[in-house]
Amino acid sequence: MSLERIRIGFLPLVDAALPILAREKGFAEAEGLELELVRDFTWATVRDRLLYGHTDAAHLLAPLAIATSLGRDRPPVALSVPFVLGLNGNAITLSVPLAGEVVRGKGLGDPVEAGHRFREVALRRNAEGKRLRLGVVHRYSSHNYMLRYWLAASGLRPDDDVEIVIISPPFAADALAHGQVDGICVGEPWNSAAVDSGAGRIVLVTAQIWRRGVEKVLAMRSGAMQEQPELVARLVRALHAAAADFVEPSSLEHNAAILARAEFLDAPPARILRAISDHILLVRGTRPQHIPDFMFQYRQAANFPWVSQAAWLYSQMVRWDRVRFSARDLGRAQRVFRPDVYRAALAGSEAPLPGASSKIEGAIGDTIGVGSTQGRLELGADRFFDGRAFDPDHIEDYLAALP
Amino acid sequence: MLHCSIFARVRIAIIDESASRASIMQEGLAEAGLTDTVVLTEREGLLAKLQAVAPEVVLIDLANPSRDVLEDYFAVSRALARPIAMFIDKSDEETTAAAIDAGVSAYVVNGLTKSRIKPVLDVAVRRFQAFTRLQQELHDARNALAERSVIERAKLILMARRGIEEPAAYALLRSHAMSTNRRIAEVAEAIVTAESLMGDQP
Repeated sequence: MSLERIRIGFLPLVDAALPILAREKGFAEAEGLELELVRDFTWATVRDRLLYGHTDAAHLLAPLAIATSLGRDRPPVALSVPFVLGLNGNAITLSVPLAGEVVRGKGLGDPVEAGHRFREVALRRNAEGKRLRLGVVHRYSSHNYMLRYWLAASGLRPDDDVEIVIISPPFAADALAHGQVDGICVGEPWNSAAVDSGAGRIVLVTAQIWRRGVEKVLAMRSGAMQEQPELVARLVRALHAAAADFVEPSSLEHNAAILARAEFLDAPPARILRAISDHILLVRGTRPQHIPDFMFQYRQAANFPWVSQAAWLYSQMVRWDRVRFSARDLGRAQRVFRPDVYRAALAGSEAPLPGASSKIEGAIGDTIGVGSTQGRLELGADRFFDGRAFDPDHIEDYLAALP
Repeated sequence: MLHCSIFARVRIAIIDESASRASIMQEGLAEAGLTDTVVLTEREGLLAKLQAVAPEVVLIDLANPSRDVLEDYFAVSRALARPIAMFIDKSDEETTAAAIDAGVSAYVVNGLTKSRIKPVLDVAVRRFQAFTRLQQELHDARNALAERSVIERAKLILMARRGIEEPAAYALLRSHAMSTNRRIAEVAEAIVTAESLMGDQP
């Protein structure tokens, strides 16, 4: 049988793991697919290749998929997200001297306490005319929104008290090492690259800011996705199988070796192993620490595209682009996430399928059972660090209450 | 020509880490009457330079590492009239697709009419394609040169070992290549490799 070819664009990041593993470990082939992976170095390039048909799907920042559909800074092109490629997996890495002022001891910072100290340093530096400069990977990235969420909740005005600049992931560790920025919020293996070179120290991981933060997604052009529902279903199943393998402890070493290869992440396997096993080296010369849920994958329907996740991202877009809330744009943003396509693809499989498509984000303190149409589904703690919950039906109230 | 005077007023920045491709593009634009061009090849200080140039059109390699930085600059820039990604509306899709296929991306300042952008993009596309072709030819030429030198060395080895003249050595290579369905260069390569492994045996 000849395989159907799907081209997928990606950046060299650990959270590109699922398409890579689906290709390299036969999950795609088992669905009759041949994945051709196209690597680039900036999100703008990945997005453009998708928009103009160089690729059929892309490993993409969730907010960028929404911004593209809404036509922020360019004519809109409707994108769809049938599958979330994972939750969290990013970190905030500061230059070693700055980290020393923000976190006491050798461990990970506490987001409240570290936020308090960071605020003091940032305000002092600003008063001295040496504003702290922090790099995020894209204007429309979860990194930008998570970092700003933490800064604002810590009492800073992200656009005034610090300077936030854009650095594509592959250049983030170098920018920190060369002193172009004082800190970076980026995905792996780029925090660890900064740690290994001695340039940076990881002070927080994004899972501490929002325990179940939506990260990269599989994005497709909406038109193309609708034309080939059966092909899309096969791709979703292949990625879901790869996600199951990703969390399998016996697969960790082999998976790290695959991701490390020159054509994928081109990084030392040991560095990648740390990220995919939730064992993170925070600063050079210490031992890796176990950080539960650093990258959250597969379990608890982690790959399900919750419409409320899209709504939260839209709320942050309104917040930081300083545009008016629009019910019409919210609707368009929510329709980017396609739980219906996910359900159709995995119906009849072992995968638990949530009964609802939207939930209150950040409301779960202890693991609870939730309604499902297939399988048994539990959801674990999903708190934001400041204790706020996000109700997608009351976004304007939520925005009004935020600092 | 009348159209030249109109086009010449479009200020174009070419951002490309390949200086040779940038100059090929600049030359092409000049031939089309678009003489107000500035080439930027360095990643460092790019935004400050761009701000000073204040172009109406920015031409850039689709995969240029500064793309994300540039787009953010355009999004927040107050100094520059805000350029947007190259396609203006649905009717430009063909032009845009051709540009993307050639590997060129563009940003255009809002308000620049389509009739003024299209010739710029057309030149950029043709020049990008020409450059890619040139590179391929150069690559092929280098390979050909390398192959020729390996064939020369194989001939010398055969001449020394078998005590034959050059035409006979070449005929031997050729007939062996034909009978084994390989290229002459491949057979020569095998001989050179074998010789280097065997060393100076009698």
